[in-house]
Amino acid sequence: MVQIRVEYFAILREHVGSAHEALSTSAATVGDLYEELDRRYAFPALGRLKVAVNDEFCDWSTPLQDGDMVVFIPPVAGG
Amino acid sequence: MSHFGFKRERFDLAPHQALLADPVAGAYASFEGWVRNHNDGRAGVLYLEYEGYEQLGVKEGERIIAEAFARFDITKAHCIHRLGKLEIGELAVWVGVSAAHRDAAFAACRYIIDEVKHRVPIWKKEHYADGDSGWVNCEACAAHAADTPPLK
Repeated sequence: MVQIRVEYFAILREHVGSAHEALSTSAATVGDLYEELDRRYAFPALGRLKVAVNDEFCDWSTPLQDGDMVVFIPPVAGG
Repeated sequence: MSHFGFKRERFDLAPHQALLADPVAGAYASFEGWVRNHNDGRAGVLYLEYEGYEQLGVKEGERIIAEAFARFDITKAHCIHRLGKLEIGELAVWVGVSAAHRDAAFAACRYIIDEVKHRVPIWKKEHYADGDSGWVNCEACAAHAADTPPLK
């Protein structure tokens, strides 16, 4: 088990009802974490979702480590 | 010296434009994105809310501007994106580029705004006169991508 923090933005923040949470998880990768949280929250289907760990984009296969901060990134719409 | 930043309040462009001045620069090109009252064929947008993942957004914005310096013969470049609630007509994003000649200034300005729109983690929520609201690029995805696995 690792202790991590998840931050939510925009449509995911509104869906979860919180901007962040601290979690204890047995998920091995950020992709596994997404699937675990999707079972809990039933996230809206968002097509081109990206993910960041510790303020850098990363692959879904990135291993989770104690103290990581994870952000799932819905399709962006700047400008 | 930072090249990309977020601002939560209205700001004066003049001091930012002044940072682009340089004796070698013979051209200045800029892009301003303004909040409009319609989107995707739908009228009645009352205002927008921009939300940003600022720590990653600044890093990605700086990377984009570094790419612009590598690709184009430009002198200086800056980009500022607003966050928070914006009314119709307000400045949402500004890109400014100076260069010795106009071709590079125009091209780099275009490159920066296009990449910022596609890559920087910023989200835009439209609020309509009929009370409806929605996150741009997310609600339609949610409606149409129900059978697509998210991890692709």
